[in-house]
Amino acid sequence: MSATFLGMPPFPTAARTALANEQLRSNLRHATGTIRAKRAVVVAEVDDWEDLRTAGAAVKDAALRHLDEHLVVLEQALTARGATVHWARDAAEACAVVADVARAHGVDEVVKVKSMATQEIGLNEFLADRGIAAWETDLAELIVQLGGDLPSHILVPAIHRNRAEIRDIFRQRMGAAGRPAPVDLTDDPGDLAGAARLHLREKFLRARVAVSGANFAVADTGTLVVVESEGNGRMCLTLPEVLVTVVGIEKVVPTWSDLDVFFQLLPRSSTGERMNPYTSTWSGVTQGDGPQEVHVVLLDNGRTRALADPVGRQALRCIRCSACLNVCPVYERVGGHAYGSVYPGPIGAILNPLLRGVGSDPQTDSLPYASSLCGACLEVCPVKIDIPSVLVDLRRQVVDAHRRQRVPTPEATVMRAAAWAFGDARRLSLGERLAGLGAPASRWLGPLVPRWSSSRDMPTVPRESFRRWWRRERAEGGRS
Amino acid sequence: MSARDDILAAVRAAVATAPEPPAVPRAYRGHPSPEGLVDLFLERVADYRATVMRCAPGDLLATVERALGRRRSVIVPRGLPIELPYATTDSGHTATELDRFDAVVTTAAVGIAQTGTLVLDHGPGQGRRALSLVPDRHVCLVRAGQVVSGVPEAIARLDPGRPQTWISGPSATSDIELSRVEGVHGPRTLIVVLVDGA
Repeated sequence: MSATFLGMPPFPTAARTALANEQLRSNLRHATGTIRAKRAVVVAEVDDWEDLRTAGAAVKDAALRHLDEHLVVLEQALTARGATVHWARDAAEACAVVADVARAHGVDEVVKVKSMATQEIGLNEFLADRGIAAWETDLAELIVQLGGDLPSHILVPAIHRNRAEIRDIFRQRMGAAGRPAPVDLTDDPGDLAGAARLHLREKFLRARVAVSGANFAVADTGTLVVVESEGNGRMCLTLPEVLVTVVGIEKVVPTWSDLDVFFQLLPRSSTGERMNPYTSTWSGVTQGDGPQEVHVVLLDNGRTRALADPVGRQALRCIRCSACLNVCPVYERVGGHAYGSVYPGPIGAILNPLLRGVGSDPQTDSLPYASSLCGACLEVCPVKIDIPSVLVDLRRQVVDAHRRQRVPTPEATVMRAAAWAFGDARRLSLGERLAGLGAPASRWLGPLVPRWSSSRDMPTVPRESFRRWWRRERAEGGRS
Repeated sequence: MSARDDILAAVRAAVATAPEPPAVPRAYRGHPSPEGLVDLFLERVADYRATVMRCAPGDLLATVERALGRRRSVIVPRGLPIELPYATTDSGHTATELDRFDAVVTTAAVGIAQTGTLVLDHGPGQGRRALSLVPDRHVCLVRAGQVVSGVPEAIARLDPGRPQTWISGPSATSDIELSRVEGVHGPRTLIVVLVDGA
């Protein structure tokens, strides 16, 4: 039932397939248009929005610069409040912690709050292989999970599905996972949400172990924060006896008061609301209230690699609002699946190569090119990540990584030939004479770089080069 | 080396030559409170389709009774400032037991005007977190003096050592075609009772 991003083709190939899907394009156009308009209204309402963006970027930069110290403080604060802290270098280590906790309590199911980190590490598949069912409880994640589908958006993972498709998935698949959908289920969004409420309530009431991510981790107080809308987060964070939270190490903010920036930036950028319906904060174990056994997994999984990149490290400021997806002309047309990762869109085009490194996987190496560099993403980013600059720098890194390749790309060959010709005046004039014979350059250049020329028009080379024209003009009387 | 040592060493190596970032500019803090704070709060609460009621301290009980309608299956936390004769006081009921109640009445710690948000820090009168989550109707009492202007003022007032729930309107989702639907897992009806002059 579960799908995987593993083995996805490079972006250009995946994008071509997605572009041919008219239903997908229509769903995306509608959804991204709606959310863009909502965001614009609530952002315009805030007089000091630019001050908030600047502060948000600065808090994250300060946190990242001294991340080692903040992580140690966070660990101390959590431990003092009764939480158990685990460290995980990679996905396998993090998944193993969760599986061990589940096994220690003898459960064969866990309920989950929507979390990018647990998707990134493939937790559901890892647990399924060990006989533990991980139930997604966010509505969109439920749609994706029941449909055996992949998420295509950070905030709204089922953005590629319309209401009729969702009704069909609920009707056909809910029964196999628990309480079936009502037989007369319509495609009204209110009805669909009601069906999810009934289906999941029995799971909330019986679950003993929950797994969550966190939007923020406050170092000095050991406070974790989950920002959500539906209340499924509150259910998971409150009702089970045991809670495991997987937190990327870049989620750390130094102090409680730093949250006053992000609680303003995140909801307006994300769902286009002044405030999301529910935000939960908790610091370790509270006696008589909520889970009495609390685990926190601090996850690296490539984040220290990204942190070492002087241009790219700003991507770790990301608060996963997904505003950059909603304004991106490329994302709006191809959707999230083409990026081959749980992090799609402009932020995914930089985050995936930064987390994984470039030069070894063609899919990852294709992502920095999945952009027109229009800059809309930078304009809306609540923490001012200069995505276009990072994209350009990553393109350089991809090129550098392939320099020693034994068979050079056609593009590299043409560029090398051009460099040789342009490097010397005599060679250049010889080249100009050959090109100026009148043949459109594409006639000989085209077959050499078919993929390059298939989406670009080749200009016709003028019959006379500028240098020849100059010489002729000067010879004819030296007019200036 | 342990995973902890490895990660901390990798972090230190990664930022060793990174420039020191400038101090965080806090220009967004300290704006004067707008006039009519309480009116703005109620307007914004209503904007997210919570029901708003307003009363003098002496009318609180009658107002809460109106908010509950005919519901008599009501649970309340210890420390609620009013006595509802038919209500059950929370004594550590299980989630399944809480699910059988129609409504819950609690107080709050802070109200935020600009965002129409209630914050519960789950002290006396507010109850543990599950209490205001499982029943389908949440009646929440806020004193006018608890309303602050914006998020920074609320953060400054709240104690991070306590668990908190920030509530802005009833449970909602925008997961289907990004159109907002009220009523998923949290209480589908949220009634905010503002108590003036208190």
